[in-house]
Amino acid sequence: MTELLLPPGLLLVIGALFMPFGIKVRNLLIFVLPVLCLYFIWSAPADYVVTLPFLGFELVPIKITTVGQLFATIFSLMALIGGIFAYKTASTLELSAAFAYAGSAIGVTLSGDLITLFVFWEIMAIGSTLVIWAARYEGAYRASMRYLMVHLLGGLLLMIGIAGHVVQTGSISFTPLALDSIAQYLILAGFLVNAGAPPLSAWIADAYPEASPSGSVFLSAFTTKTAVFTLLIAFPGTWLLIPIGIYMIFYGIIYALLENDMRRILAYSIVNQVGFMITGIGLGTEMALNGAAAHAFVHIIYKGLLLMSAGAVLYRTGKRSCTDLGGLFQTMPWTALLGIIGALAISSFPFTSGFVTKSMIAQTAADQNLIIVWFALAAASAGVFLHAGIKFPWFVFFQKDSGMRPAEAPRNMLVAMGVLAALCIGLGVYPEPLYAILPFAVNYEPYTAAHLVAQFQLLLFAGLAFFVMLPMMKRTLTISLDVDWFYRKLFSVTDRVGYNLLHSFNRGVTNAIQQSWQGFQSTFQASRLSKYHLASSWPTGSMVMWIGVILGGYLLMDIFFK
Amino acid sequence: MIENHLSLLLVVLPLLAAPIVAVLPNGRLPWAVSTLVSWSVFYLAAWQLMNVNTGNVISYELGGWAPPWGIEYRIDAANALVALIVSGIAALTLPYALKSVIKEIPQQQHALFYAAFMLCLTGLLGIAQTGDIFNLFVFLEISSLSSYALISLGKKRQALTAAYQYLIMGTIGATFFIIGVGLLYAMTGTLNMADLAQRLPELYEHRTIHTAFAFIMVGFALKLALFPLHVWLPNAYTYAPTVVTIFLAATATKVAVYVMLRMVFTVFSFTFIESTPADELFLLLCVMGILGMSFYAIYQKDSKRLLAYSSVAQIGYMMLGIGLGSVLGATATLVHLFNHALMKGALFMAIGALVYRVGSSRLEHFSGLGKQMPWTFAAIVIGGLSLIGVPGTAGFISKWYLVLAAIEQQNWLIVGVILIGSLLAVIYVWKIVEVLYFKATGEMEQHNTAVKEAPLMMLIPMWVLVLANVYFGFNTELTVGTAQQAVQLLIPGVNK
Repeated sequence: MTELLLPPGLLLVIGALFMPFGIKVRNLLIFVLPVLCLYFIWSAPADYVVTLPFLGFELVPIKITTVGQLFATIFSLMALIGGIFAYKTASTLELSAAFAYAGSAIGVTLSGDLITLFVFWEIMAIGSTLVIWAARYEGAYRASMRYLMVHLLGGLLLMIGIAGHVVQTGSISFTPLALDSIAQYLILAGFLVNAGAPPLSAWIADAYPEASPSGSVFLSAFTTKTAVFTLLIAFPGTWLLIPIGIYMIFYGIIYALLENDMRRILAYSIVNQVGFMITGIGLGTEMALNGAAAHAFVHIIYKGLLLMSAGAVLYRTGKRSCTDLGGLFQTMPWTALLGIIGALAISSFPFTSGFVTKSMIAQTAADQNLIIVWFALAAASAGVFLHAGIKFPWFVFFQKDSGMRPAEAPRNMLVAMGVLAALCIGLGVYPEPLYAILPFAVNYEPYTAAHLVAQFQLLLFAGLAFFVMLPMMKRTLTISLDVDWFYRKLFSVTDRVGYNLLHSFNRGVTNAIQQSWQGFQSTFQASRLSKYHLASSWPTGSMVMWIGVILGGYLLMDIFFK
Repeated sequence: MIENHLSLLLVVLPLLAAPIVAVLPNGRLPWAVSTLVSWSVFYLAAWQLMNVNTGNVISYELGGWAPPWGIEYRIDAANALVALIVSGIAALTLPYALKSVIKEIPQQQHALFYAAFMLCLTGLLGIAQTGDIFNLFVFLEISSLSSYALISLGKKRQALTAAYQYLIMGTIGATFFIIGVGLLYAMTGTLNMADLAQRLPELYEHRTIHTAFAFIMVGFALKLALFPLHVWLPNAYTYAPTVVTIFLAATATKVAVYVMLRMVFTVFSFTFIESTPADELFLLLCVMGILGMSFYAIYQKDSKRLLAYSSVAQIGYMMLGIGLGSVLGATATLVHLFNHALMKGALFMAIGALVYRVGSSRLEHFSGLGKQMPWTFAAIVIGGLSLIGVPGTAGFISKWYLVLAAIEQQNWLIVGVILIGSLLAVIYVWKIVEVLYFKATGEMEQHNTAVKEAPLMMLIPMWVLVLANVYFGFNTELTVGTAQQAVQLLIPGVNK
């Protein structure tokens, strides 16, 4: 199959449009499309390029690169496995939207120019919004609107950046960009919005948990990782990304620890994990970039697994708060077991996929003598174990007995989770296939005695800390939304100031805009202005007055000021 | 033989059709004749565009009088593109009109309605075709008078008030224009545009010329509803019969924008404009218009009025291109002129189909109709995406060129305004989509579940425009290609 004219991503997007034509067609497409897509991605020869003239430019809708192949592969896999997880319970709208979303994400990873990239970028925003919308209840609907606004803002920043870049350089090729002027900074900003970087990190935890059980599985895989991919191609080694990444790592951990909603815990954890990848891109060495790419690959797998187990619990119980859950291992043993495998992988437990990738980034920091960065990454690894590795499974499946006896997850969900869990362990034990498709040659051996010992120590002490502090953690659960109380008890006054800043900076930015908007809306509608001047009935006289004002003003300006 | 008189036939055909249609018996016949005429005109316009798209200029001497004494029709790519839009929209609107007109207009007025429609078409095509500034005024009056009559045919009583308001405003606009033309004639002794362009430069310092320019600009700013002279437009669009709204929204303001382009770039020149406050004033009013009107649109409870405010905002985008005063800016204006006709045509047709089924254009009466009328709903979604400027639609091409033109001049403020404007567009488009998608509660639910999809006669023209929105989002040869060609001729001395 060398005559590949249609971008493989577009195949999914177009296929998605046919899903509403009957359940059978839909279910067939769910299996066929990702497999076809995978086949195209891997049958195309290396460095395969297709060009297309548009707007006076040569577009490159298909450009097969190793990094692109890596991301496109995991995206297609997630579309397939997510489809298996979802096809019995999700609505057709959700599945079509999810496939268009996945397809456009794949489109981004295989695009060779900025305009193609932007086109897919925008389809991605629309597709993902519809995925949230498909949960069909008031909260999801509002969340999807907020989500869309954030992403369209990001898209516009990106578009203006691209236009500026084109005006400046005349080139649209999607290659490493030098941060020369405002245009490239705008492109960077557009990418970072999708990555969940500050000050707009809050959208992930705001929107993802509002989607349907299967919807949040799809959402977790594509948007942020596409951003990681674009940053990896366009801005490797940009110093600015290191502090941004580290900020995201700790933002994710702190908020996840404070959170009570199980899927919000996992959503914050996405920010945290993407932070690792962005730090890696900022470090910019071959090993760090390899680490970032590999980490994105495995993270999609275990985060998908974790959200699937959370989704299965939500599907069976209808409950989403940790305080309402607990003791579910008794009737949902498989879901619990598979969820725990995901939790171990995210904590970089040896012999899981997280172990073989995350340390590549930390190792680079150590090699480059960036002590603070290394230290932050190490501390964060412990933090990850706390919030995602233990907190999630403990409160959902063990802890107290909530009295609920839900049935085990449906078989298709278990199959999907099983495949992902097998990948988590498989790649942990035998990482060579993954290493083989990384952008640079890998000479990194994860299983050294020192590494194993260090990691076990870290996990052991983090685990110890969790159970020692358990009473404290539990107490917060009763009032977990009152964050105010939590930090007053737990942190010192100085920490409080810092936390306050962090809090207001993140939630503040999004909330303030919303609240002031709503306030403005209500005052505006109540004001005279809207009654008399908007309601169309400007008297004819005042219309004529405006003509006089414009003509007179114009003539005066013309005579006196020019 | 036909080819030689092509340019004239375009105008004369609907002009002759108008009185014939007026005397035909009420029934389907007036509609059939009008439709036939509009399709022939469309065919001629396409032919004309093919002739000039290579860079040719057709100069047609009316009655054999040589310019600049006689009236000259001077066709280049810009006119031809505008004529194509006007006739194309007319050709699509008329098949759509049959059912809608039967429902909205009393039968004894049908023949008159179609006659007025033909006159309006004549006027708009005449403005696009002519190279004579006084002749332009005559066609302006033909189109304006007929559109007052068309708007006043609306079902509600407010239609009369709306038509009256438009009449006052339109007349002031036309009068201002003719005052400006008079002053120009007094100074130069010519009414031919090409001739004017040659004689004016030596008089640029003269205050009379500046005053003439001011009158012409304000006059046409009224006609094209530039903020804050737009006040007639929302009422007119809301209360006019649906078919009239579709036609005027997609053509009338576009023709006025074209005249603005012609005046600013051909008759006068950008060097002249830079010596006046006009370019700054345009940018200021456009910025205010885009932000203010998009914002108003969000609060509208009537779908037609919502789109009307959106149109005023979109006119701001078109004028931005003129205000920026560059080749790229003028290209953006022409491209958006074409594309906006497609989006607003499609959207108003879709709204018209809803109105046809529900009998009201208020948003709350549309609730839950998305399920009953999936094709109309999909048309609104795609048209809306194009309005927002999502890639893959014609709207994106417009937005892209506008942003390029603004960045070229390092005008980041304008870039920011375009950005905010399209975010606001998301909100108001969303408002319509939301109402259609979500199920109604209470009485409305009972009422709206019985509604059927719009008739095929409406769906086909609507979807032709919807698909055109998508097609011109990918293939930009006609839009951008012709616009670039046109700009070269519009702005003498540009040879890029």
